[in-house]
Amino acid sequence: MKIHEYQAKALLQEAGVQVPRGVPVFDLSQVEAAVNELGGGTVVVKAQIHAGGRGKGGGVKVVNGLAEAEKVAGEIFGMQLVTHQTGPEGKKVKRLLIEEGMTIKKEYYFGIVVDRASECPVIMASTEGGMEIEKVAAETPEKIIKEFIDPALGLRPFQATKIAYGLGFEGKVVRQASTLFMNLYKLFEAQDCAMVEINPLVETADGRVLALDAKINFDENALYRHKESWTGLRDLDEEEPLEVEASKFGLNYIKLDGEVGCMVNGAGLAMATMDIIKLAGAEPANFLDVGGAANAESVANAFRIILSDPNVKAVLVNIFGGIVRCDRIASGIIEATKMVDVTVPLVVRLEGTNAEEASKILAESGIDMIVARGLADAATKVVASFK
Amino acid sequence: MSILVNKDSKIVVQGITGNEGMFHARQCIAYGTKVVAGVTPGKGGSKMDEVPVFNTVDEAVKATGANVSLIFVPPPFAADAIMEATDAGIALVVCITEGIPTLDMLKVKAFMKGKKTRMIGPNCPGIITPDQAKVGIMPGFIHKAGTIGVISRSGTLTYEAVAQLTERGLGQSTCIGIGGDPIIGSQFIDLLALFEADPDTEAVVMIGEIGGSAEEQAAQFVADHMSKPVIGFIAGQTAPPGRRMGHAGAIIAGGKGTADEKMAAMRKAGIHVVKSPADIGETVVKALGR
Repeated sequence: MKIHEYQAKALLQEAGVQVPRGVPVFDLSQVEAAVNELGGGTVVVKAQIHAGGRGKGGGVKVVNGLAEAEKVAGEIFGMQLVTHQTGPEGKKVKRLLIEEGMTIKKEYYFGIVVDRASECPVIMASTEGGMEIEKVAAETPEKIIKEFIDPALGLRPFQATKIAYGLGFEGKVVRQASTLFMNLYKLFEAQDCAMVEINPLVETADGRVLALDAKINFDENALYRHKESWTGLRDLDEEEPLEVEASKFGLNYIKLDGEVGCMVNGAGLAMATMDIIKLAGAEPANFLDVGGAANAESVANAFRIILSDPNVKAVLVNIFGGIVRCDRIASGIIEATKMVDVTVPLVVRLEGTNAEEASKILAESGIDMIVARGLADAATKVVASFK
Repeated sequence: MSILVNKDSKIVVQGITGNEGMFHARQCIAYGTKVVAGVTPGKGGSKMDEVPVFNTVDEAVKATGANVSLIFVPPPFAADAIMEATDAGIALVVCITEGIPTLDMLKVKAFMKGKKTRMIGPNCPGIITPDQAKVGIMPGFIHKAGTIGVISRSGTLTYEAVAQLTERGLGQSTCIGIGGDPIIGSQFIDLLALFEADPDTEAVVMIGEIGGSAEEQAAQFVADHMSKPVIGFIAGQTAPPGRRMGHAGAIIAGGKGTADEKMAAMRKAGIHVVKSPADIGETVVKALGR
């Protein structure tokens, strides 16, 4: 789960990490009060969207005084901000963060993620602040300091000190930097983060170390531990409406750009179904894992969500009935077609327990659908149905 | 023969009195698996059908000699359940639970380091040695005893592959779902090594998916250590970057973990890479020269 920069910074502050003074703005009428609160002068206007690369896309501007702040805020607020992470359509800016300006001496990169290969959290730090870490890793990997953390013990003070010296901090600032790293790790753990990224982390001209930008992602599996706080941080405007709708019914749906809607049980088989649609000469319109039950209600909801995408020209239902018998799933599909008007060609492939009976039930139902046997047959039939 | 579980495996089911635990314990028993004990704290002394229930795994092991644990405990308690089984000296822990927080799993892995317990999962269908033991939630009837080993990160896609094998008369030695999470107990390489050493396994099917680098490591292992043919498929060739495709571990992050990279590494290692998920069974037939 992603959150906005201003929300991440509030969490950082609670954890004892210094950030620039800033005020979130949800409406242009709030800009004046925000700038005044920061004492006027140089401020930074930052678009708040769930995507990186905002600066390059024109969503972050340094301005002088209230008049310019209001003008620039007016330009950024409501714009379709396009970055390398938003896709070509961009994302509409609905929130801003206005921050005090500051004189920066040096920029750094600092990030904490879970390293799957070594099975522990890893800190990555670099003197190449402001650059994407993937780019640094590809071009100058020697400039990345990696510190692996024992998940049972947490970050040890000597490791934090090692990173601070490794980045070239000197004098009194070393202690400030290492304390900040310790606090960031505590936050990472306490908030069940999947990622904490400070890019850039800066040393200011007046000798302070602070987080100039902040990106935090949460591990959604840990939601049960943070229900209250995380629910308040979720911004549904940043999510695909159909995906939000699907999640209400326990369906795992991801919208894609193709024309063949698919409904599958199991994530692996759902991905494989997308793949075979592509091999058959079309593009999948979505990923959808209908889950283990695949009963009339869940199938009906899935149909409704798939068909709300206007690009969908045909639907493929691919269910491997294991413990749940296919004849029951077939009845569920028939029920569902009575609840939802399926207006495009429908291809159904059921495999597993009682698959034969299921095909018969479907064929005799009188409902307009194409029954397929086997994965390849299903893909070929669904593509042929609209091409 | 087989790997990890067989007709002599004695299973303890943690969470046996819950809905899922009870349903699947019964399915396992119906398949012929020796389920010798169940564990639910507070329900010790009772029975689930004929199976004695204990308060702790330790008691269950001491009373019944259980050596494999099958876990159906909900996410908030699952990490603790795995550690309890490990502490009780269980040889193999199979954790079905989906949704365990990653940081909890990191602590579990740290706890298990240096101990003799092996873990399969979490977020997996489990493990089956056809006609001997079903330790998981897979439909037993699609399997057939034979000589093909199957290792997969997925559930229903594994059933799909197994059904394709069985349809072509190719039975399986053992099939293992290793789980869709980013942090799991056993990786492809751990199990490839066991299949290589198993005299009754002729070939291995490995089904990977986008995210992480387990398939690349497996490919290197196959190139260096495997004499048996390996047939591989990667799900998610059409998956967009940056999105979690159902499984917590199935995500292309920072341009890494794509299906293309994985398939290229596997091809280079001499693995028979299947492009279409419909061709898994057929490719095994060809790889065996039948």
